[in-house]
Amino acid sequence: MFTYILRRLLIAIPVLFGISVLAFFMVRLVPGDTVTAMLGTNYNEAQAEILRQKYGLDQSIIVQYGLWIMNVVKGDLGISSLTNEPVFDILLTRLPITLELSFISILFALLIAIPLGTIAALKRNTPVDYGASFFGMFGISVPNFWLGTLMILYLSLHLSWLPSSGFVPLSDGVWANIKTMIMPGIALGTSVGAVTMRMTRSSMLEVLGEEYMKMAKAKGVTNSRLIWKHGLRNALVPVVTVLGIQAGYLLGGSIIIEQIFSLPGIGQLALQAISNRDYSLLQGTILFIASAFVLINLAVDIIYALINPKIRYS
Amino acid sequence: MKDTWKRFKQNRFAFVGFLFIALILVVALFAKWIVPYDPYFMDSSSPLTSPNGQHWFGTDQFGRDIFSRILYGTQISLKVGLIAVGFSLFFGTIIGIVAGYFGGKIDQVLSRITDVLFAFPDILLALVIMAILGPSLTNLMIAIGIVYTPIFARIARGAVLSIRDSLYIEAARSMGVNSFQIMLRHILPNSLAPLIVQVTLSFAFAILAEAALSFLGLGVSPDTPSWGIMLSEAKDWMEISWWTAIFPGVAITLAVLSFNIMGDGLRDALDPRLKNER
Repeated sequence: MFTYILRRLLIAIPVLFGISVLAFFMVRLVPGDTVTAMLGTNYNEAQAEILRQKYGLDQSIIVQYGLWIMNVVKGDLGISSLTNEPVFDILLTRLPITLELSFISILFALLIAIPLGTIAALKRNTPVDYGASFFGMFGISVPNFWLGTLMILYLSLHLSWLPSSGFVPLSDGVWANIKTMIMPGIALGTSVGAVTMRMTRSSMLEVLGEEYMKMAKAKGVTNSRLIWKHGLRNALVPVVTVLGIQAGYLLGGSIIIEQIFSLPGIGQLALQAISNRDYSLLQGTILFIASAFVLINLAVDIIYALINPKIRYS
Repeated sequence: MKDTWKRFKQNRFAFVGFLFIALILVVALFAKWIVPYDPYFMDSSSPLTSPNGQHWFGTDQFGRDIFSRILYGTQISLKVGLIAVGFSLFFGTIIGIVAGYFGGKIDQVLSRITDVLFAFPDILLALVIMAILGPSLTNLMIAIGIVYTPIFARIARGAVLSIRDSLYIEAARSMGVNSFQIMLRHILPNSLAPLIVQVTLSFAFAILAEAALSFLGLGVSPDTPSWGIMLSEAKDWMEISWWTAIFPGVAITLAVLSFNIMGDGLRDALDPRLKNER
């Protein structure tokens, strides 16, 4: 087991290094430079030179990468040219909003997926199963930004139940905060719920056919105990993996959802960094999102290995 | 092949998806003759007209007929899907087959590159590539193509690994057939089933990605009748004209749904063992 975890960690290292290389060099390929963007109409060559020196942009690209990655290792992601604040601090300020959004999305997804997937498997090939399967397909296919737009149209503009956009921090009131997060959470969580529901259904179907289930039934275990204790508990093992992968994808999905609902999270930050040609901010944000994605997957692999006795560690 | 088609037709869900895709294709090919109005024509006398007998889906803020723009939008979606997925299929398959067939260091390097690309959420990677290349339809297709290349590479590699040491490949090698011929004549045809399924599913992703990037203003030019652009413009007007936000979204969902259910059906038809598990 220890060897397995070590091996997974060792595989993650070159991937993280590759991410840093790609994040750095992709951003350098974006047309226009950060100094021109900062100075705008006040551009003059002397000032531009001073700024280039300040941000190390006058050095060769390899040296720039070397300096950047050494600082990254120390937790210094550079200074945002837009706000003049450390990128790391900006990310830390934005992170709780994206985390809260992801948490609500996953919660919504689980509340839908586990009961629906289980019922669909138990009522296999009945209208209930077909309905659940259709929900699964629909949830994967419907664009989250359209779902968000529809909710704004109906719940905000038509019924005036929820605010159409904006963010209220938890410190300003729990209900006020939740009201701003419900719609984005549902919009983002629907596809996660759909994928998880499909996985729960197929995993449950597999478990229902296992010998130990038949044995438990023959021993007179009640139906509800059979399903919840013996069935679902085992069926949920692969669901954890799917959910973990989906949690990683939420980081990407948050870009568009945070933009629609004006939530100042990491996703919106990525868009702002792109539109303002803020090199340091964009590099830092890309590095952060991609690394988080790798680390989430790593954690999922390890959790999966811990909870699934069948996995081979070699 | 005949059996696969028979199994596919028996799946009513998937067959309906297939028929709907055929309909989209016909609409895209003959849009010029089908549309009731020029999708670019701005009628200043009737902006934001609600759906009626003349304009079935109403008009937008410039008085353009939404129904005609949606029909024209099929061309953009299919074009993006076809070229972006074609790009990913071509490069991804080559990378995957080379990595899987040769193994060793080549496989290590190519697989790590694939892993790195996989670590980027689709939309983020596409956004950065679009920021590098600039907004245009061609660049959009390249961006989406790059994003989905690793998926095809991984599938092709997996398929190759499962047959690389088969007896018939060994036989071909011992007969002196060169590596290129083996990959082209023996490995590729036997890796097609999972790739075909992925093509269908990636088509759905490509349509969604085009709509998302256009929605964010990083896709095609604003006057193009793209479903994503239409939705993006609708944000400012939907309070007084709901139809501007509803119909383009329905079009995207139906198109993506069709490709998804067809992909699912194809997977079942090509590998019937999996059917009972879904």
